[in-house]
Amino acid sequence: MAESTTLTQKDRGEQTVPESTRGVFFTPRVDIYETENELTLYADVPGVGPKDVDLRYEGGELILHGRVQPRHPEAQFALQEYEEGDFYRAFSIHESIDASRIEAECKNGVLLVHLPKVEQARPKQITVRGQ
Amino acid sequence: MTRTRWQPFSPIWNQMQQLQSEMNRLFDRWGDGNSGRGFATTYPAVNVWEDGESIFVEAELPGLEAKDLDIHVSGGNQLTLKGERKQNVPEKGVVHRQERGFGSFVRVLTLPTPVNADRVDAHFENGVLLIKLPKHEAAKPRKINVKSE
Repeated sequence: MAESTTLTQKDRGEQTVPESTRGVFFTPRVDIYETENELTLYADVPGVGPKDVDLRYEGGELILHGRVQPRHPEAQFALQEYEEGDFYRAFSIHESIDASRIEAECKNGVLLVHLPKVEQARPKQITVRGQ
Repeated sequence: MTRTRWQPFSPIWNQMQQLQSEMNRLFDRWGDGNSGRGFATTYPAVNVWEDGESIFVEAELPGLEAKDLDIHVSGGNQLTLKGERKQNVPEKGVVHRQERGFGSFVRVLTLPTPVNADRVDAHFENGVLLIKLPKHEAAKPRKINVKSE
């Protein structure tokens, strides 16, 4: 059964780039789960603390921006398998999310966002009357 | 996001080449399920650098806590990073997108110089693990005086 995601990734062509981008930035890996009451989003943003996250909902779009300062700018790497930079990702949100109740926490480099559904979008049990 | 970048003019580059012979084992699916790379991705990605006194190893390990990590130094110059990340899927839910990796991992790095295992320091903050391995006394650089006749 095909399911439509109420949270869809914006296409590359439309992806808005923040004005304050500093050099290279990365797209964080994200998991999205849906339960009865909400959509839950987990984003891997290592090196980002709660104060470094700029999470915005505007124009039906959820925008994630995690700021990362280079941790060891003076280091001469003998082996470098990853680079450091800001994280950025944007998602289109279907109207069934109650934007005023979106909550987020950032712990151990993972951003967790709770997107509660509006009342009408929650599944309702329908009682069936007998004859 | 992970790319291997070698610094060919770094003094310990040749010895770091020996890192290629490290053992990397993946127990579960890690990294890019979507990118279709032919080879196994090693996890975690590490950055390594040194100063006169110590070797530094840094790894990005989001979603882990200090207690989920197992770090060993053995044989004077082998660093083993072990850990496990558990998935937190809600019981009655639907998965719309799944990009993050889960499971257990082991990575062994052979360091270019022997280190003092008793004084290794590991610090874990915001999903970033930084290990400082002080070099063994015999491995520290020594200035050699040149005598002239």
